[in-house]
Amino acid sequence: MKFTLSWLKTHLATDADLATILKKLNAIGLEVDGVDNPAEKLAAFKIARVLTADPHPQADKLQVLTVDHGDGTPLQVVCGAPNARAGLLGVFGTEGAVVPSNGLVLKKTAIRGVDSNGMMCSSRELELGDDHDGIIELPGDAPVGQAYADWAGLNDPVIDVSITPNRQDCMGVRGIARDLAAAGLGTLNALIVPPITGVGPGPDVRTDDAEGCPAFYARTVRGVTNGASPEWMARRLKAIGQKPISTLVDITNYIMIDLGRPLHVYDMASLTGGLVARKGKPGEQVLALNGKTYTVDDTMTVIADEEAVHDIGGIMGGEHSGAQDGTTDVLIECAYFTPERIAMTGQKLSLTSDARGRFERGVDPAFLDDGLSIATSLVIHLCGGTASEPTRAGSPPLTPKIIDYDPDQCLALAGVDVPADEQKRILTNLGFTVTGEAASFDYQDGMPVSLPGHWAVTVPSWRRDVDGWPDLVEEVVRIVGLDHVPSTPLPRVPGVARPTATPEQLVERRVRRTAAARGLSEAINWSFLSEKEAASVGGGDWVLANPISEDLKVMRPSLLPGLLSATRRNMDRGASSVRLFELGRRYFKQDERATVGFVLAGDQSPRGWQTGKAQAFSAFDAKGEVVALLAAAGAPVANLQNFGDASGAYHPGQSGTLRLGPKVILAEYGVLHPALAKQFGLSGTIVAGEIFLDAIPGKRKSGFMRAPYAPPALQAVKRDFAFVVPEQQEADALVRAVKGADKKAIVDARLFDVFTGPGVEDGHKSLAIEVTLQPGDKSFTQDDLDAISAAIVKAAQKLGGILRR
Amino acid sequence: MMTDISALKAGLIADIDAADTPDAVEALRVGALGKNGVITGLLKTLGPMSPQERLEQGPPIQDLRESVTAAIAARKAALESAALDARLASEKIDMTLPADPAPQGSVHPVAQVMDELAEIFADLGFSVATGPEIEDDWHNFTALNIPETHPARAMHDTFYFPDAEGQKRMLLRTHTSPVQIRTMMTTPPPIRIIAPGRVYRSDSDATHTPMFHQIEGLVIDKGITLGHLKWTLETFLKAFFEREDIVLRLRPSYFPFTEPSVEVDVGYTLANGQRVIGGDGDAPDGGWLEVLGSGMVNRRVIESCGLNPDEWQGFAFGTGVDRLAMLKYGMNDLRAFFDGDLRWLKHYGFSALDVPTLSGGVGA
Repeated sequence: MKFTLSWLKTHLATDADLATILKKLNAIGLEVDGVDNPAEKLAAFKIARVLTADPHPQADKLQVLTVDHGDGTPLQVVCGAPNARAGLLGVFGTEGAVVPSNGLVLKKTAIRGVDSNGMMCSSRELELGDDHDGIIELPGDAPVGQAYADWAGLNDPVIDVSITPNRQDCMGVRGIARDLAAAGLGTLNALIVPPITGVGPGPDVRTDDAEGCPAFYARTVRGVTNGASPEWMARRLKAIGQKPISTLVDITNYIMIDLGRPLHVYDMASLTGGLVARKGKPGEQVLALNGKTYTVDDTMTVIADEEAVHDIGGIMGGEHSGAQDGTTDVLIECAYFTPERIAMTGQKLSLTSDARGRFERGVDPAFLDDGLSIATSLVIHLCGGTASEPTRAGSPPLTPKIIDYDPDQCLALAGVDVPADEQKRILTNLGFTVTGEAASFDYQDGMPVSLPGHWAVTVPSWRRDVDGWPDLVEEVVRIVGLDHVPSTPLPRVPGVARPTATPEQLVERRVRRTAAARGLSEAINWSFLSEKEAASVGGGDWVLANPISEDLKVMRPSLLPGLLSATRRNMDRGASSVRLFELGRRYFKQDERATVGFVLAGDQSPRGWQTGKAQAFSAFDAKGEVVALLAAAGAPVANLQNFGDASGAYHPGQSGTLRLGPKVILAEYGVLHPALAKQFGLSGTIVAGEIFLDAIPGKRKSGFMRAPYAPPALQAVKRDFAFVVPEQQEADALVRAVKGADKKAIVDARLFDVFTGPGVEDGHKSLAIEVTLQPGDKSFTQDDLDAISAAIVKAAQKLGGILRR
Repeated sequence: MMTDISALKAGLIADIDAADTPDAVEALRVGALGKNGVITGLLKTLGPMSPQERLEQGPPIQDLRESVTAAIAARKAALESAALDARLASEKIDMTLPADPAPQGSVHPVAQVMDELAEIFADLGFSVATGPEIEDDWHNFTALNIPETHPARAMHDTFYFPDAEGQKRMLLRTHTSPVQIRTMMTTPPPIRIIAPGRVYRSDSDATHTPMFHQIEGLVIDKGITLGHLKWTLETFLKAFFEREDIVLRLRPSYFPFTEPSVEVDVGYTLANGQRVIGGDGDAPDGGWLEVLGSGMVNRRVIESCGLNPDEWQGFAFGTGVDRLAMLKYGMNDLRAFFDGDLRWLKHYGFSALDVPTLSGGVGA
C-alpha cells in the first residue's frame, strides 16, 4: 500500500516529521517497506527566467541565453530548444547538477566557442514526462530561484507500507491516518460527504445473489465528459505507481486508495437493460479488463445485464462496459461482496486485483452510501453531468459487534498495565464506542469490595477483524507501544535444568556425530525427487499435486537418490573422493521414518607416498560404516545377522542387510548397482548404505548402574584354527559355529584370513579363525584345551569344514 | 711393586680408552680380568701372602681391579652409545613428508544450530517435540484459525497432495505450527516445547527454497503474558548469539493463530559490509532484521485443542533455522544449504566434537 506524505496529510493534521511518522507506522503494526522522495534527484534544478535570447554566432539552431536563476547573477547558457525565448520561465540545472534521465553531470563548457553554464531542461530530461520537443514552460507566477520540485509539489515522499491481511481499513489512506491519530500523531480531519441532489429515479439494479452480494447501490450520471484527470489527482496516482487512464476510471482508483472503497463505473451505452448481481451460470465467460477471458461458475457472483456478464463481482470489471473516452452516461456501482466468496472466486480464477484484495478482507459495510456520494460528487465536479437518485438494492450486513471487555484483561494477556481511561481513549480514537464502567471499589454492607469493571465495546463497522476481547487488548497494546511491555522472566524450575531430549533425538545426535567423526560430511537434500528418481528406488507413495518442478515431485522413499545427485554434483566439480551422509525421513503411506543414508564414492584413500595407488571403496567400507553407525545408535550389533538380499539399488552379489531376527531389517548396504550409478551419471565403484533408525529397538532404561565386573585374574589364551569349506559357505556362519562350540570358555572368535589356491582344493576356500579362550579360576590344562579344540572342530564339521593341518 | 701397579693401571686404562670397538674392549677385559688376566694373576698373589703383606699390597691391587673394571664398563657404554647414535643417524628420514590424510567429516550448520537451540531451550525448561511433515489441512490451517477462505492461506504457497475420496486434504506442512496443535491435543499443560523441522513452501528464488527449516516454540500455562514472550525471546537471542547487546524491536503484526501478534526485529550493526547481530538498529550504522514471528496463542486455537482458554493461555513463536544459522555464521546464500557441496560443507560445517554445551558455550 503506497501513498504520499501530502496525501496522508489531507486526512491527518500533524506537525510530525517524516522520520517520526515512519517510526510510528512500524510501532503500530503498519510495517514500512520503503520510502522514496522523487524530489531528491531534482534538488539541484531551480525555476529560472530567460532574460535575453540571441542567435548563436556559429550555429543556426542554437541560441545564447542569459538566465536569471535567482541568485542575482545572470548566467550565460547555450540552448538548442526551439521554444527558448526571452521572458520564458523554465527549469534550470546549474553546474554540478545530475540530469536524471541520463546521469550527465552538468559543468561549465563551451559550445561552438560560446561559454555555457548549465542547462534549461525538457520534461524528458527530468523524467517528468515524454516531452522533448522543447524546454519546460512554467506559468508566469512561478517563483524564480525556488527549487522546482518544491514548487511543483514533487517534494512529497512516497511511503510504502505492508498491510497485514486483517487490516482492510488500512488499505485506504484514511485508515492509516486514523491509526496515526489514535497513536498521538495529530488529529484525523473530518470526512465531508457532499450532499447529492439526484434528478430522476435511480438505475435499474438488483441483487439476485444476496449471499454473494448482499448490497448493490448505484447512481447514474448523465451528460459527462470523460478526459484526462486533473493534475492533482494524476500526480498522486502517478506518485504511487498507478497510471492515470481517464477521469472516470481514475476517480474509482483514487477513492479505492484514499478511502479503501472499491467502485466500478459502467458506460451505460454498453448495457442492455438493468444490472443484476447474480450467481454465474456454468460456462459463462467474461473478457476482463486485463484482456483475459474467464469462465465463471455458479459459486461466483457476477454483475450482468440482460445480455452479458460485465463484471466478475468485486474482483475485476469487463473490457467492454468500462468508461471510455466518448462515454457520456455512466452507472456508478458501490456494492458489498461477501469476503469468503471473493476469496474463493479469486483463488479459483487465480485472479488478483486491488479490488479483490480489499473485498476479500472485508470493506466497511456502513460506507456504501457515503462512498457512492463521494464518487458521484467527484464525477459531477470533474466530468459534469447530472446525477440520478441512488438505487439501494439489498442491504449490507450492519449488525454491530459488541464485545464485553474488562480493562484488566490488558494486564492479564499483554502483561502491561494501561490505565482504564487511557485504554478508553485509545479505543475511542480508533472508532470504538465504549460504554460501561471500569473496575471500581465499593463498601457493600460495610465490607470493602472490588467490583470488576465491564465495558460494552462496540466495534466500528470498518474493523471486521475485531471480534473478541484479545483483539481489544491488541489494539490497546499496539497503540501504547510494545516497547512498554515489561520483559518478564518465565518461572524457572529450581535447580539445574533437566534433560529434555527424547530417546529418538539422542540416537540421531549420536549417529550424526559418529558419522562426522568417521569422516563423512552431512548433507541436507530435498525431501522430494523426480518421478524417475523415485522409481529407481521402488517408487514413492506421495506425489505432489502442484510440484514446483518435475524434479521435485515425489516424496522420497529412500535417501539414496538425493545423496547420489549430490555426489554427482561434487564429482562434476572435480571432487576425487566423496563421503556424504544425510539424516532425514523417508515418506510412506502410513508414516515417516527416520533414516540415515550415506554414499562413498571416488577414492577410499588417495595415492600416497606410503600407500601407493589410490584405493577404491569396497562393499566392506559400507559394511564398516553401517556397523559403526548402528553401534552408535545403540543397536545390538553383535546379535545382528547378515542376509544377502539387499534391494535392487545394490549389486546383487556385493550387498546385504543386517537384521535383528529374520524379519527386522535395521540396515542395508553394499556396492551400488551399476545401472543405478549410471542413471545418476556416476561411474566407478560407488558404495552406499541406509540405516533404518525407526526399526532399532529402544534401549530399556535401567539407571546408571553397570553390571558388576572385575577383570579376570588369569590371562586369556589364543588359538588359531583354519578350516577348508566349500566356496559358497558363508564365513559368518562358520565363525558363529566356532564361537558357539564352548559358550563358557570361548569369549571371541575372529576371522583373520581367507585363502584359496595351492593346498586348497578347487571349489573350496580356507578360513582362518583366531579363538580367544578365557580361563576362569584356574588355568586350562592340556586336556581342557584338547577338549575345546575337539568341540570347535566338530562344530565346524557340521558346516562341512575340515580342519587344515 | 707399587710403581709397577700404577704403571700397569695407567697403561691398561690408556689402552681401554683407546679401544675403538666393543671387541677390542672385550679383548682387553680378558687380558686384564679374564681367567689368565694380568689383574686376575695379581689377585691370585694375595692368597698366599701373610696378613701383614696383604694389608700392604691388597688395596692397590683391589683399586687396580676396580678402576679397570669401571673403565671397561664406561668404555663399553660409550662405544654402544656411539654405535646407537651412528645407527640412528643412518636411519634419518625426511620428516617433512606428509602423514597419511584422514578423511574429515562435518556436521551440517542446520543440524548444529538445531542442537544449539535445543541446548539453550533445555535450560529454559523447553523440551523438543516433533510432528509429521506430511500433514492434513486441519492441523496445518483450520486448527490454527486459518479457515479455507482466509487470505493467509493463499500467502502460504502450499504444496498439496491429490484429493482422495473421503479423506482429509493432505499437504506438506507450511510451518512447524501444527506441532503446537499436536502437542496441545496430547500433552496436558503446562507445556514448554520447541519443535524444529523441515517445512515446505512453493517458492524458489535467491532467498527462498521450496524446503527450509523452522523452529517453533510454545508455552501454555497459567498467567503467561506477552511480557514472558518478550523475555523469552530476548534471553534466547542473547544466548544464541552469545552477546549481551542484543536489542529487539517488537512490531504489532498479524498471524491468525496468535493474538496479539508480534513480529520481532533484531538490531544489527554494519561491520566491514557484513551485518553483525547486536546493537541498536536505530543507530547510524545500524538496521533491523526481521527474525521471528510470535504472539499470544489465539483462544480459538487453544479451544480447537480441547483446552479451556479461560484457564490456560500462552505464547508461541517461530523462526527460520537456516536464517538463524546465516545470521550467526555469515553464510549469505540459502540455496547452498541444500546443495551438498563438500567444499561448502567443510567450510561452514562443524566438527563432530563441537557439541553445544552451556558450560562450553553453544556456539562453535
